[in-house]
Amino acid sequence: MGSELPLFPVQASTVASSVDHLLYFLLAVTTFFSVGIFVSIFYFAVRYRRRSETELPEPIHGALSLEVLWSVIPFGLTMIMFMWGASVFFKVSRPPDDAQQVYVVGKQWMWKMQHMEGQREINELHIPVGQAVKLIMTSEDVIHDFYVPAFRTKADVVPGRYTSEWFKPTKVGKYHLFCAQYCGTKHSAMIGWVYVMEPREYQAWLSGGTAGSMAEGGDKLFHDLACINCHHLNDQGRCPNLRGLFGSQVPLADGTTVKADEEYIRESIVNPSAKVVAGYQNIMPTFQGLVTEEGVLQLIEYIRSLTPKQPAAPAKR
Amino acid sequence: MVTEAVLERENYLNASYGIKSWLLTKDHKRIALLYLATITFFFFLGGIFATLIRLELLTPAGDLVSSDTYNRLFTLHGVIMVFLFLIPSIPATLGNFFLPMMIGAKDLAFPRINLLSWYLLVIGGCFTMYAMLAGGVDTGWTFYTPYSTTYSNSYVIVTGLGIFVAGFSSILTGLNFIVTVHRMRAPGMTWFRLPLFVWSNYATSLIQVLGTPVLAVTLVLVICERALHIGVFDPARGGDPVLFQHLFWFYSHPAVYIMVLPGMGVISELVSTFSRKAVFGYKFVAFSSVAIAVLGFLVWGHHLFVSSQSVYAGLVFSFLSYFVAIPSAIKVFNWTATLYKGSISYDTPMLYAFGFIGLFTIGGLTGLFVACLGVDVHVHDTYFVIAHFHYIMVGGTLMAYLGGMHYWWPKISGRMYPEGFAKLSALTVYLGFNLTFFPQFILGYLGMPRRYHAYPDEFQVLHVMSTAGASVLAVGYLMPLIYFVWSLRYGAIAGPNPWGATGLEWQTSSPPPAHNFEETPTVTVEAYDYAALEAAKVG
Repeated sequence: MGSELPLFPVQASTVASSVDHLLYFLLAVTTFFSVGIFVSIFYFAVRYRRRSETELPEPIHGALSLEVLWSVIPFGLTMIMFMWGASVFFKVSRPPDDAQQVYVVGKQWMWKMQHMEGQREINELHIPVGQAVKLIMTSEDVIHDFYVPAFRTKADVVPGRYTSEWFKPTKVGKYHLFCAQYCGTKHSAMIGWVYVMEPREYQAWLSGGTAGSMAEGGDKLFHDLACINCHHLNDQGRCPNLRGLFGSQVPLADGTTVKADEEYIRESIVNPSAKVVAGYQNIMPTFQGLVTEEGVLQLIEYIRSLTPKQPAAPAKR
Repeated sequence: MVTEAVLERENYLNASYGIKSWLLTKDHKRIALLYLATITFFFFLGGIFATLIRLELLTPAGDLVSSDTYNRLFTLHGVIMVFLFLIPSIPATLGNFFLPMMIGAKDLAFPRINLLSWYLLVIGGCFTMYAMLAGGVDTGWTFYTPYSTTYSNSYVIVTGLGIFVAGFSSILTGLNFIVTVHRMRAPGMTWFRLPLFVWSNYATSLIQVLGTPVLAVTLVLVICERALHIGVFDPARGGDPVLFQHLFWFYSHPAVYIMVLPGMGVISELVSTFSRKAVFGYKFVAFSSVAIAVLGFLVWGHHLFVSSQSVYAGLVFSFLSYFVAIPSAIKVFNWTATLYKGSISYDTPMLYAFGFIGLFTIGGLTGLFVACLGVDVHVHDTYFVIAHFHYIMVGGTLMAYLGGMHYWWPKISGRMYPEGFAKLSALTVYLGFNLTFFPQFILGYLGMPRRYHAYPDEFQVLHVMSTAGASVLAVGYLMPLIYFVWSLRYGAIAGPNPWGATGLEWQTSSPPPAHNFEETPTVTVEAYDYAALEAAKVG
């Protein structure tokens, strides 16, 4: 392997070939223009080389038709690039509905992954081949970026908000995971591997763990942090009932409504006064610093589990 | 020696003597030389950092320097090359020297402000030098938050202040150029008789004046958050880290055009002079500079395609980014067309111009890849981007700068450089550059992220090629330094117009007198009118 000179990265996701086809188109167009310009310059430089010190070429001031031609044709081509690129981008940005979720927390300098079933990994991600996977990511400190070249996709992992990224692996194997956003001293050591496995092996790997599911972890935290004291899980508490909350439209005190997705729930935990639910008082303290980013993710999973008929399915966006 | 001094005409170099006559000069030509010395120093300093980076990357393991040192090397390489070399490079040296001469003026509009702007660059440089000697800075030249404001243990504030101060140097130079072009043109020098170098520097000045204050504000906010813990960018303090990226790139994308537009102006001069033809499509080339300056302000979001910016913002910025491609393409096509039926000589400046057009074409066309959303998601923050912008900044701007230095050196110094060595240096730079940076496109598409101190083994072959190229490139850059100095004493006397060029700067003696022209020139012909030049010689 080491002595080989790779010129092209392996294609291991459904979008990889779309990105590569787009690249071939761009390469073809740009090579055509580069060669055209290089050959013209070389030809002119030789054909019209200075033959005597006194020669004075006829001045040519320009030609409107040529200017129009070499503005309009490249513009048309760039618009094809734009639209093609945008369509691939939509594909890369929009996870399919059946995507299985994995939570990712980046911190200086490691990746922490949590599967819905409770499995945790550091700097490794095991996923089954042929199954779309959606990552919901955040950072504990600075901006990182989750990059898997074989899948041709990356996304910044930003503190204070959730970003997402998805891929559907097509090939069993072991692929590089890189942090692509500079994050300090050991940036180049914030790397790992994505293991794409046969579904059966993946199931075996999953059952190898002993930890409870994420929702179970969240349940425990919900009691440990005394959330249960105010959020009674019925309509009797001082605070809103969380049953059936996930995915619903929540009326707010200022008259607007907001959809209860991951981002909203995270915000309600770390900054509760930002969006106060209509009919309730702004009495909840902030839990910023009292609960880790992973804990927040477990709480989100727990709250999701309180909404029936949506067992571990992603919220439609 | 005595006879030579007597025979020598009075010029800006021998009009007065002593260190004070330089440090307190108001002559734009002397200030240009002060800038030249300063940025040459910074170029080689930044080059030393680049050399150490390339040596570290020779092997996959991070073994030559520590991670922290490596991070400081690439940060200082970027900060010094961008803010202390590339941005001042062509405008502050060649522009300072020749913009007034090209329009037939005695000096810039504000000679004292011109000197002040040099001092500001030096002060800004001193701050950066201090940060470097005290322990360096490790945020990358992009200063992304919250790393720079909260997590970095390095001299962010001092470096930020240095860039802040140097920014005012840039603003003042831009202001000076704008007023000079508006107010100081010689009789008959209408806007459409201006040499294209003046047009491109004018467009550059607009960006400097309008864009740089935004960078200044952004740096002040970073310094406030870091020193006073005001929450602007750090989410732990209620800030938004992506806001920083919007503010930073609102300046720093247009800054790319601050760096490359003056180079394009140099190339227009070179292509015309060494093919003895008026630049094809003068007005299109002139207005394309202005178009680049304007459109350059509308595309910053293409640096944020993977930042969590909305999908629709990504679409808009990708769309607008393609608009900038057109004026750049217009320039390349018009330069090529200028050669048609010309009288082309292969003097060193023209070799650099050919090099520029080739490398800028590759740099510009790979810009289409990174503007393309679907491809950018893969190549963003990889070596593909490194290669792309080095093709523009080094393959473009630096080739133009060196081409311009060779072209105008006889005017600046009154002496010719050694042509053989100079041609060899042009060739060395061209080959070394391509060997250094072309492999990085492949590295990037393979997935090699930027700013990596250590990397997986399979990338090594391409890194070794790149390091080999960098050593060739270093030789190519050292050669001019040596023979330019040599030529000051031993070069052949140049005479007023060794290239048979049309610009007003060539219609006066070399080196020019302190007030540029014996009498204020009157302009009666268009730019690049070689027939009129020939007629004047005969008449």
